[in-house]
Amino acid sequence: MKQTRAVEMGAGLFVLLGFGALFFLITQTTGMSNEIGNKGYTITARFENVGDLKVRAPVTISGVTIGRVTRIAYDPERMNAVVEMIIAKQYEQLPADSEAAILTAGLIGGQYIGLTPGGSEEWLEQGSQIEFTQSAVVLENLIGKFLSSVGGTN
Amino acid sequence: MKDWLYEIRDAIKAFVRTVGELTLFFFSIAMYTPRTLVKRPGLVVKQVFNSGTMSMTIILTCGLFVGMVLGLQGFDTLQRFGAEEALGTFATLSLVKELGPVLTALLFAGRAGTALASEIGLMRATDQLAAMEMMAVDPVRRIVIPRFLGGVVAMPFLTAIFNMIAIFGAFLVGVTFMGVDQGAFWSQMHANVTVADVSQGVIKSLVFGVVASLLAVYQGYTSVPTAEGVGRATTRTVVTTAITVLILDYLLTATLIG
Repeated sequence: MKQTRAVEMGAGLFVLLGFGALFFLITQTTGMSNEIGNKGYTITARFENVGDLKVRAPVTISGVTIGRVTRIAYDPERMNAVVEMIIAKQYEQLPADSEAAILTAGLIGGQYIGLTPGGSEEWLEQGSQIEFTQSAVVLENLIGKFLSSVGGTN
Repeated sequence: MKDWLYEIRDAIKAFVRTVGELTLFFFSIAMYTPRTLVKRPGLVVKQVFNSGTMSMTIILTCGLFVGMVLGLQGFDTLQRFGAEEALGTFATLSLVKELGPVLTALLFAGRAGTALASEIGLMRATDQLAAMEMMAVDPVRRIVIPRFLGGVVAMPFLTAIFNMIAIFGAFLVGVTFMGVDQGAFWSQMHANVTVADVSQGVIKSLVFGVVASLLAVYQGYTSVPTAEGVGRATTRTVVTTAITVLILDYLLTATLIG
């Protein structure tokens, strides 16, 4: 009887430790704790060129992540890209004339959307669209411009 | 002259027969599994202890050192790109998706699988299984199924524990010895590891748990009832588990990544 109890204790401790480890892996190593989920409002922005922007890329303001890109699509009528993003609920006071730009994090980092607040008294809300946007910088275009400007001075 | 052709034919036939036998054996185990879980849960708990708790030492030791090596090697490689902050992401993704499930399955085959195979093989060799049948006790239900289930339950937990201790090993080397920024180590990990990555590893460990336990009890149950036969069954357990797990790992990765 005593031996059986020791075995049960050992097995129980093992299973509890296993659950603890699983819990650790899911909550501590993944970004689940800073997921926004569906609690927020969706806004859209139109860009000439989204570059390497991916779904789930962060949306930041002053460098603070306030949302995520949820959808990137091409609009054949207006011939530009439509980016949908979800903004966390606690940041609902964003001026309606804010500007959105596609920026690059570090030299080999991914691209993200940086918002710059405008001066409007009205706020962005569910479904509203950002009017002022700045496309992604494509390296080839930049090099092309640089080369032609160097060629021009000579 | 054509002897070797006959040998190849016999080997192929034997292989196909083994696969068929293994499948039927799996079905006969699966059929009685619910009844065993309801009627004899104590037997399963004892096997969870034997396969799980008793494997903790090897899992903890190996996990810690695998993590430390990852920390060291990852740091060395990433440093050449000036990206050593990505060490946390690198170590965690390698571990939860690939190294954790596979290495745990291989260690499990070496520690628990061999124990299961030799135990059942020895029961076969000393006619204990035949004696049970004489007493109208089905050895598959009384001996094989609890051991199989114990392994199936133990594997995902062993994998999770392996991953956790290995991440701490990588943290220890990367942050404490190599001087990677502690905040960057965790925040880059949080930013890049998704719940889908972790669950992919859990799915792998569940499949490997079934495969490794099934092969171990099968090799023991079908061993030749001699001292040599038990030894061979033990060896075959490790070899077949290693091969099957590595092949399945590729197939699972290809399926899960899509």
